[in-house]
Amino acid sequence: MPSLDIRNLCVSIGDKPILKDFTLSVPKGQVHALMGPNGTGKSTLAKALAGHEDYTITGGEVFLDGSPLLGLEPEQRARLGLFLAFQYPCEIPGVSIANFLRAASQARLPEGQEVAAVEFYKKLHGKMDLLKMDRKFTARSLNEGFSGGERKRCEILQMMMLEPSYAIMDETDSGLDIDALRIVAEGVNLMRGPNLGALVITHYQRLLDYIVPDVVHVMFDGRIVKSGGKDLAKELESRGYDWVQKEFAPAK
Amino acid sequence: MSTETETAEQIAIDREKGNFRYETDYAFDAGVGLNAATVDYIAKVKGEEEWVREFRQKALKVFESKPMPTHWATKDLEAIDFSKIRYYLSQGQKPSRSWDDVPEAMKNTFERLGIPEQERKFLAGVEAQFDSEAAYSRMKEGLEKLGVIFVGPTEGLKEHAEIFRPWFGKVIPTGDNKFSALNSAVFSGGSFIYVPKGVKVKQPLQAYFRINAENFGQFERTLIIADEGAEVTYMEGCTAPKFETATLHSAVVELIAMKGAKIQYITVQNWSNNVFNLVTKRGLAHEDSEIRWIDCNIGSRLTMKYPGVILKGRRARGEVLSIALADDGQHQDTGAKMIHAADETTSNIIAKSISVGKGRSTYRGLVQIPKHLKNCKNNTECDALLINANSRTDTYPAITVRGEGNSVQHEASVSKVSAEQIFYMRSRGLSEAAAMSLSVNGFINDLVREFPMEYSVELKRLIELEMEGSVG
Repeated sequence: MPSLDIRNLCVSIGDKPILKDFTLSVPKGQVHALMGPNGTGKSTLAKALAGHEDYTITGGEVFLDGSPLLGLEPEQRARLGLFLAFQYPCEIPGVSIANFLRAASQARLPEGQEVAAVEFYKKLHGKMDLLKMDRKFTARSLNEGFSGGERKRCEILQMMMLEPSYAIMDETDSGLDIDALRIVAEGVNLMRGPNLGALVITHYQRLLDYIVPDVVHVMFDGRIVKSGGKDLAKELESRGYDWVQKEFAPAK
Repeated sequence: MSTETETAEQIAIDREKGNFRYETDYAFDAGVGLNAATVDYIAKVKGEEEWVREFRQKALKVFESKPMPTHWATKDLEAIDFSKIRYYLSQGQKPSRSWDDVPEAMKNTFERLGIPEQERKFLAGVEAQFDSEAAYSRMKEGLEKLGVIFVGPTEGLKEHAEIFRPWFGKVIPTGDNKFSALNSAVFSGGSFIYVPKGVKVKQPLQAYFRINAENFGQFERTLIIADEGAEVTYMEGCTAPKFETATLHSAVVELIAMKGAKIQYITVQNWSNNVFNLVTKRGLAHEDSEIRWIDCNIGSRLTMKYPGVILKGRRARGEVLSIALADDGQHQDTGAKMIHAADETTSNIIAKSISVGKGRSTYRGLVQIPKHLKNCKNNTECDALLINANSRTDTYPAITVRGEGNSVQHEASVSKVSAEQIFYMRSRGLSEAAAMSLSVNGFINDLVREFPMEYSVELKRLIELEMEGSVG
């Protein structure tokens, strides 16, 4: 079955090991949630999968629909169909959302082929309508001066435009008020279906009220310690993370 | 690893557009080194009148007496060995009016650079200079009938002396600096343009300066006079093949805007990285006139260029929009000068520099508004963008504003393209080079919008190519 397959992944930042034999498989068509206390390596996983150079892979393998992912440049991973919705999307001054997305779409075409402008804008405007974004937004510089909600909505817009086969959403709910959260979740739900596998990273259960996961994983100290259905998230919500810590903290 | 090869191939094909040369035999060669005999040789070959020869000889003495300006400028200037340079090379060609009559090698050169094509598309006139002399010069017939003159300096000073001689060397005197003196001694090629009263030349006139020879110095001289109410846009482009040895390009450009006239002067400089590009450019703006310099410096080893406007007449306007891109091994030392000399004059300077890798950019500005003037305004903005921890940028603004009712605004900023920004863009599928060129284009976007369309497209393309080359 096509999947994003992470096998025994070990990742360090500098000399410090963060992910330790991390194993997880997200089949295409499913939404998995990855929860856990702060500092357990959730964001490290996201950045390492996207190919950030500060994260050193010390072991393991990752396959996207059977193709090895590690060792590829970040842009090659993106073109293979991987998308990372950033926790803190950065500002790109002077580059409009429309130009950026056009360049990103162009990058996916074979040499000599051009993005058709009319269709591109039609698609862009359609997606923006779904996300209740003002059309004027396209002319604004990417993320520059955006509110937290605008940034996250812009991430979802990019995801909808680039149509990845696997999306990793790194704490997309952080910094969102309830209305923005609902809109963002709606965007993700619209993309849900047999062509998308998603890994939703979150600290809080709240987001999972809107994006209902097929599987929930609990992460602690660089690896998954517990997996279950959507009820596991509720359990975490009511019991907090303390019990995870108690149960899985390495014996001293 | 296939992408690396791809990138390398793209660089080999695209970025090196100007890096080729055809073997050429020169019928006229002033030899290596500079002395009084070199200067006489040039004057003789060009069949100049005695006053021009004397002008040259006097300039040579001034050049020899002036020290290199290394007390304020870079020590890299000392790498220029004036005794090893060839000061005049030509095949003895007269500028042809048809591309068919241009010698084969020169014609092929300009065709590869796309000049005839641009001429057909959007230019009112073209002059194409190959080493010391123009190989082609042609203006649309309609303009000739209106009395527009578009010739080289030799012809300009000989056939139209009554128009050009009174202004020749007046805005930039021989002794302005060491390199204006050098140019005054050995100048050859360039454009002398006169636009009569009230004539508005709608399409740009273009000159293309091509250096083909090694150890060579190109010293074109340009003088543009827009008579009362006249309007003209002039565009210059430049390239040279890459050589191991240093090549020198040292031009003098003087602009005269009479009452109510408008001159726009656009440069897209794309010299190879062995060229010392030391150019003096200044305009004189009379009452209600406007002089605008649009200056893009992308290539060269060292560029030193500070286009200026002397705002001599009431309500005259001066503007410098400048973009400099300094890549590894390059130093772009650019800026602007605005000398206010009448009431209600306004000037605007927007300078943006991009330093990549070990590239270095410097901004030097000079704005003077003396005490006795009223209601003068200057706006200066200089922004620097650094792409890489090794890049360096310096700003030396010198603004002297005295008197009442004069105002000046100055803003400067330095920003960086961070690794996080590049990673963010790459994670969307953009290559590293595409990500960098996108952020550079974002940085200069508001300025590029001021450019005529054809040049903004060309500039964006050049920056993309330069960025491709800068990714290791």
